[in-house]
Amino acid sequence: MEKWRRTSQHLLRYSSGNYLRLGKYPNFNDPIPNSSSGFIRICEKCSSTKIRPSIEHQKNVQICLNSLRGYIGNFQLSIHRNVDNQSYKMQHRNFGSTTKLIQRNPSFATVSAEDIKHFKEILGEKSVIEDEDRLSIANVDWMNKYKGSSKLLLQPRSSDEVSRILKYCNSRRLAVVPQGGNTGLVGGSVPVFDEVIINLGSMNSIISFDEVSGILVCEAGCILENLDSFLANKGFIMPLDLGAKGSCQIGGNVSTNAGGLRFVRYGSLHGNILGLEAVLANGTVLDMLSTLCKDNTGYDLKQLFIGSEGSLGIVTKVSILTPPKLSSTNLAFLACNDYISCQKLLLEAKRKLGEVLSAFEFLDNQSMDMVLTHLEGVRNPIPPSEYNFYVLIETTGSDESYDREKLEAFLLSSMEGGLISDGVVAQDMNQASSFWRIREGITEAVMKAGAVYKYDLSLPVEKMYQIVEEMRLRLGPAAKVLGYGHLGDANLHLNISTSQYDDNVFAQIEPFVYEWTSGNRGSISAEHGLGLMKANEIHYSKSSETVQLMASIKKLFDSNGILNPYKVLPQSLLP
Amino acid sequence: MKIMVAVKRVIDYAVKIRVKSDKTGVEMNNIKMSMNPFCEIALEEALRIKESGLASEVIAVSMGSNQCVDTLRTGLAMGADRAIHVDTTSTLYPLSVAKILKALIDIEKPGLLILGKQAIDDDCNQTGQMVAGLLKWPQGTFASKVVVDKEKQVARVDREVDGGLETLCLDLPAVITTDLRLNQPRYATLPNIMKAKSKVIKKVTPAELNVEIKSDLELVQVTEPPKRKGGVIVSSVDELINKLKNEAHVI
Repeated sequence: MEKWRRTSQHLLRYSSGNYLRLGKYPNFNDPIPNSSSGFIRICEKCSSTKIRPSIEHQKNVQICLNSLRGYIGNFQLSIHRNVDNQSYKMQHRNFGSTTKLIQRNPSFATVSAEDIKHFKEILGEKSVIEDEDRLSIANVDWMNKYKGSSKLLLQPRSSDEVSRILKYCNSRRLAVVPQGGNTGLVGGSVPVFDEVIINLGSMNSIISFDEVSGILVCEAGCILENLDSFLANKGFIMPLDLGAKGSCQIGGNVSTNAGGLRFVRYGSLHGNILGLEAVLANGTVLDMLSTLCKDNTGYDLKQLFIGSEGSLGIVTKVSILTPPKLSSTNLAFLACNDYISCQKLLLEAKRKLGEVLSAFEFLDNQSMDMVLTHLEGVRNPIPPSEYNFYVLIETTGSDESYDREKLEAFLLSSMEGGLISDGVVAQDMNQASSFWRIREGITEAVMKAGAVYKYDLSLPVEKMYQIVEEMRLRLGPAAKVLGYGHLGDANLHLNISTSQYDDNVFAQIEPFVYEWTSGNRGSISAEHGLGLMKANEIHYSKSSETVQLMASIKKLFDSNGILNPYKVLPQSLLP
Repeated sequence: MKIMVAVKRVIDYAVKIRVKSDKTGVEMNNIKMSMNPFCEIALEEALRIKESGLASEVIAVSMGSNQCVDTLRTGLAMGADRAIHVDTTSTLYPLSVAKILKALIDIEKPGLLILGKQAIDDDCNQTGQMVAGLLKWPQGTFASKVVVDKEKQVARVDREVDGGLETLCLDLPAVITTDLRLNQPRYATLPNIMKAKSKVIKKVTPAELNVEIKSDLELVQVTEPPKRKGGVIVSSVDELINKLKNEAHVI
């Protein structure tokens, strides 16, 4: 029985996380035969035939954009650098933002045998990795969308080692890319060219935990799920929860200001991170590892490292305020006929469920269709009718029967009021997992369906779904347009699915989607970050004065620009 | 024909079980409790038989503390017509449960008693068989398919046995216990949750049913399974052979 218990839990609750985890292993093509396998093989084939830098004095850099099934080789951006005359030959098919001509910054040095010797002196033989197999994993993001060609992966075990690495890299002008679990969605955690990869995975110890205040201090390489299980034993939880929790690391979460499913309840990491330690490009270790909830002494510099995607410094330690684990969780899966009802339901939920509301997610009928078609073992909880929208409402509280009664009373009054057309309430954790599976499985389903264009937008709630409808009109039957996301945080995930990548479809989407978002004072990146994908689009969400100031800050923190180059800010503004 | 379904309140199967430090049992404080998954399947089967017009009423029965009412509410929200709560704080073992069920059956006179094949907390797998013995009714255990024939007053039950399927034909009234693959239980929809609020849950005590709860069993201790030891990387085939011979004793 125990076995069944565990298996089904694993299958239902963690399947999406597991999917991400698989992506980390070299043979990850096999468990996901229908998603990305085709492309990555082709990709590796072309790189192995083209890249022979030492022999032919030629360097080939590929940025594989949206390397999903059906996308094979359509949009490769290859830059052939001839070492003799430093000239670049670009071959690319235009694919919007990321294919804007990115050139390797010529002021950066390339890794020499001397450098490797020096790194080995700092880290020891084992933590300086030149092995091609291991590098090939670290060079590609988990969606196989972005691919760099780094020749060196460093695995420091302490802040001091990080400091010594950076100090050396800065003096040599060697560009670096900090890497955590490599689960980002915008190409922020992989090299663009030959940047040295600094992986924090070996810095994974928990430094302290205060069982009264719930303040956890740990190293940046701790995996989110491991922290969550450590805390579960102490009666606490992490204030954030992501689909990628099995692989992503807390340092990466902090550096990208990850949002996720508990955001509506516990808020942003800007509030939950009490302190951190970061290493600047010149090797200076900034100790801001405060464990105080209140501290008004001068500028709150740690905030600059939260969400700056490793462009200002490498986060090495964090201190987090963790909330107590509450015993009772209830989940309802509801159907609404129109988007207006979803909005009214959100307002009502905030009013009537206030203190116990812990998630308010939505998906449209097209997203539901996608999940039912492409994921095995998923069933529509509310058959047989089709509704236009589905909403998940989760409550977390301390009293099972009180919370349940509260939720049921709220649901029944909303149903009488016509906001909800139908709905089901999970009676056990298995049912709750299968409802979550639908919402969390959309990403996986849409990847199985073919090519996907993903946008992560913050918009005023009342306008949030309008962009989905306009996009549908624009694209017609050529594409499936899905809208889902964190309605409680006004965060829309707009996904456009086509059987294969198509320049014409893409031209219809960008820059329209950014212009529309900008026109409605939204954000073009709600929680995924800018990374490489949207570095040049920052002006859609930030004024030029603001971006200028950001560039000045970047110069102040990292005068040689070696930290995570080509990302976050437009290249043109940096030296 | 009425159908009676026994439903048990157990620790939710997705919960990680912790053994109490004094080894007297498992930690039950602040733990999510749910209906035993096999009981859910039993109730679903009863509801399907009723929906196909072969039964007139489905009665859910649960035994134990007052919180069993929550489990019965779930049963009513799934579609059971009414419920009986046998209120007791004593520890119940399968024979006591079987005697209580027999007493209730003598009163309600259902044509079919459906139970889960076992509960996931104690894994006893005895109650269905015992109650069939006490009632002297035929039994179809581990059912993976149930077909009721109203005219002939029989139920055909498929059982998954080693190497294939065994089909039994039981004269009604009969006892059926359900296996995992019998059906996929439905969710509790809002309209049904609403309806369930007005359904009756009758409370009785074992004493009112003239059943004395006692047990010949004594729980000695509950212990956790041994923790898995971490693996080791061997450096040579010789070392591997040595370890397999002298440590694992498998070759």
